[in-house]
Amino acid sequence: MSRKDGSLIQRLPVISHLRKSVGLQRGMLVTGLIISALFLLTAALAPLISPYGFAQHFDTQQPPSSAHLWGTTSGGYDVLSRVVWGTQTAVLVIVVAVILSIFLGVALGLVSGYIGGWLDRILVVIADAIYAFPTLLLAIVMSIAISQGRSSMLGGIMAAAISITVVFIPQYFRVIRAETIRLKAEPFVESAMVVGASSVRIMARHIYKNATRTLPLIFTLNASEAILTLAGLGFLGFGIEPSSAAEWGYDLNKALSDTTAGIWWTGVFPGAAIVLTVLGLTLVGESMNDLNDPRLRGRRRAGKTAPTATAGPTANSTPENEVTV
Amino acid sequence: MRRHAEQLDEVSDVTDGPVLSIEHLKVTFATDTGDVKAVDDVSLTVAPAEIVAIVGESGSGKTVTAKTILGLLPETAISSGAVLISGNNVISVTPRHLRQIRGQEVAMVFQEPSTALNPVFTVGWQIAEGLRAHGKVSKKAARARAIEALGKVGIPEPEKRVDYYPHQLSGGQKQRVVIAAALALNPGLIVADEPTTALDVTVQAEILELLRDCRDIFGTSIVLITHNMGVVADLADRVVVMYQGDVVEEADAITLFASPKQDYTRKLLAAVPHLGRNSASAGLTERAHQDSEVLVQARDLVIEYPGRLGTPAFRAVDSVNFSISAGEVFGLVGESGSGKTTIGRAIAGLNKTTGGSLKVLGYEMLNFRERSFRPLRKEIGFVFQDPAASFNPQLSIGECVAEPILIHEDRSPADVDKRVAELLEAVQLPKSYADRYPHELSGGQRQRASLARALALNPKLLIADEPTSALDVSVQAKVLELFKEIQAEFGFAALFISHDLAVVDILSHWVGVLYKGKMVEQGIGSEVMGRPQDDYTKRLIASLPVPDPAEQAKRREAHRALLLS
Repeated sequence: MSRKDGSLIQRLPVISHLRKSVGLQRGMLVTGLIISALFLLTAALAPLISPYGFAQHFDTQQPPSSAHLWGTTSGGYDVLSRVVWGTQTAVLVIVVAVILSIFLGVALGLVSGYIGGWLDRILVVIADAIYAFPTLLLAIVMSIAISQGRSSMLGGIMAAAISITVVFIPQYFRVIRAETIRLKAEPFVESAMVVGASSVRIMARHIYKNATRTLPLIFTLNASEAILTLAGLGFLGFGIEPSSAAEWGYDLNKALSDTTAGIWWTGVFPGAAIVLTVLGLTLVGESMNDLNDPRLRGRRRAGKTAPTATAGPTANSTPENEVTV
Repeated sequence: MRRHAEQLDEVSDVTDGPVLSIEHLKVTFATDTGDVKAVDDVSLTVAPAEIVAIVGESGSGKTVTAKTILGLLPETAISSGAVLISGNNVISVTPRHLRQIRGQEVAMVFQEPSTALNPVFTVGWQIAEGLRAHGKVSKKAARARAIEALGKVGIPEPEKRVDYYPHQLSGGQKQRVVIAAALALNPGLIVADEPTTALDVTVQAEILELLRDCRDIFGTSIVLITHNMGVVADLADRVVVMYQGDVVEEADAITLFASPKQDYTRKLLAAVPHLGRNSASAGLTERAHQDSEVLVQARDLVIEYPGRLGTPAFRAVDSVNFSISAGEVFGLVGESGSGKTTIGRAIAGLNKTTGGSLKVLGYEMLNFRERSFRPLRKEIGFVFQDPAASFNPQLSIGECVAEPILIHEDRSPADVDKRVAELLEAVQLPKSYADRYPHELSGGQRQRASLARALALNPKLLIADEPTSALDVSVQAKVLELFKEIQAEFGFAALFISHDLAVVDILSHWVGVLYKGKMVEQGIGSEVMGRPQDDYTKRLIASLPVPDPAEQAKRREAHRALLLS
């Protein structure tokens, strides 16, 4: 049993990738993991880390000082607290958006790929149509439709998450559908058919698990995209009210007019937070992508301890007997 | 560059030494689970105009050895020792020098001709590519030499065919083009990696003939990599047997087949099915099990695949008649595209029939509905060709074998486990294997488990579609033996589909021969194999190489005579 548990932990997405990686790829993955871990930790410990609440008012536009380490904004909020609380909003939006889109996308992809026919064609056309829209435009339309532009914390988060969901469903749908179509022709699915398994059983037991192996990868890549979409919505003024939650995009928007007045601290910190988070998540996602593909994966050199062979008895043989080919 | 060329000229003038000599070759691969030694201290030489066969089962290192000769190993491999081609060590020469050697001194013939050729260039262009890589050639001259090369390998109307694209040629012709490209620069050595494995037997005989001509007419040496002992017996002058990266035995072909010295070689040769020996139907004079219940009855069966818009439907099976009675093993033989797999899949309800009548256990498949056929599925077992792909990689072997029981029977979990253990025991697998995952089993073990799954519900009919063609010979022999035992014990009827006549003969009482969708001949196995009536069957049997050089030489003559008549 313990053998099974050990191998299970080692087969978990991120851990198995870490074990497989070497050199630069490992460096990228570890950097990404550290940044992402910091991001999650900040979100979890936001009430402890941040000196003030995200909606607390102070004197406006104070430069960094001991009372306000990163200064205050034109609205009188403490920048440090806003940035720290902002991680919480970002995590919530990512989690809600990705969970919603994974469930719907996977279910639709399985059904569409396995059953095929007209249902498949209609779903693909819809997915393509959604794909053709610019992401942000679609998100704006959705957020207006859901919450008339701006609202409370939960409402705002849900609005942002749902608008991101609508954009992401086609991605999951496509990946799962393509995998399902490929797996449908695999002998093990045919052998389930021959045995007399029902369609639901084949989808749930035989295809589902095999089709979802690429999901952790899309998840990390989409998570960073979700942050960008959320920040974009906030920046354009379709985000969350500053009194209901801290949101980096909104802060950036308000910092826009400060830049000409030489007030740098209101924009730099939320901006850096966005860049770092996206960078961390993208690094994890991209290195997982490379590690999943054996052709892109770097490996340790073979035969570091291999004994040197006897030199070929030839006039042409070079001094080094061991040459990589 | 010129210095290298001169050096090459100088060296290639020396003709009396061996064309290739490999000395203490070691190749190690880096993998996720550590270093893997693929080749461990291999030494061999190839004389001019000699065909040396390297044989071995999968994982023996034969292909890696062949790739080393051309310096084609991936980056993850490290090799040491020496591979001398006309005096140049391929392992240590500079990449530029290596390019000089490739094509001029040594060329390669690949396993799968349809992937070895680039689909977007004409075959003439691809042959000329090698010429262009080794010096300036005018377009006209290159074309002329491509035509000449095509003529050499026996392609009819080479002036016309030189402008064909690969998809316009048949598999055998494509392999001829690959050989023509290899011969274009007249290299002293050709490395042929399983050159006939992807081809049908009748085409295989032609390609083997061509390779023999390469040696006899152009004096080319050939390193032949293969697992097929029949091919070895037909073509090779000398044989090197490899096992787990080591050379086990080396001898000239006649000696090796007549008196193998090593245990491994003896076992390997004993496992090779030999047409006409060990026939299941030996001594039968009339069809067995004739009076028992008829399980499958096909009358004028037609199966068509719909064509694309504007093209007519493809008729894969064309008015075929046959029947399978309870307890009988029906062997279905045919080359690729003959429709044998289509028939097997139609009986299992995986393909739709389009005409005639196919009755499976009394159910007319022409009006097939999954819902009404499902209850009958428990009477039919199916063994797939590739045991690795036919198991869900996420489920343990026990869960896979239990799947049919869970679907069709209402048993308690403990009862199911007991039944799975029984089944695994029946196929000679330890019952602890129920907890393992498919990838943790070897190919032969997986195919046993696949058989256990097919037998889970005690079916009346078992369909086995090329169940042993993905396995090594020694494993194949064991699986075939097991299949025979279990069939005798359980008494199910079986449809055994294979392209390998010898394998079908070992198992089947009654054999049907398919050719282009038509059943050209059927009869008692030993009768069909021994005294074929139909012209196609005659050709098929004559072109099958047997693993015995002396006998094969006779058969070759007979085959030639048959083709001329």
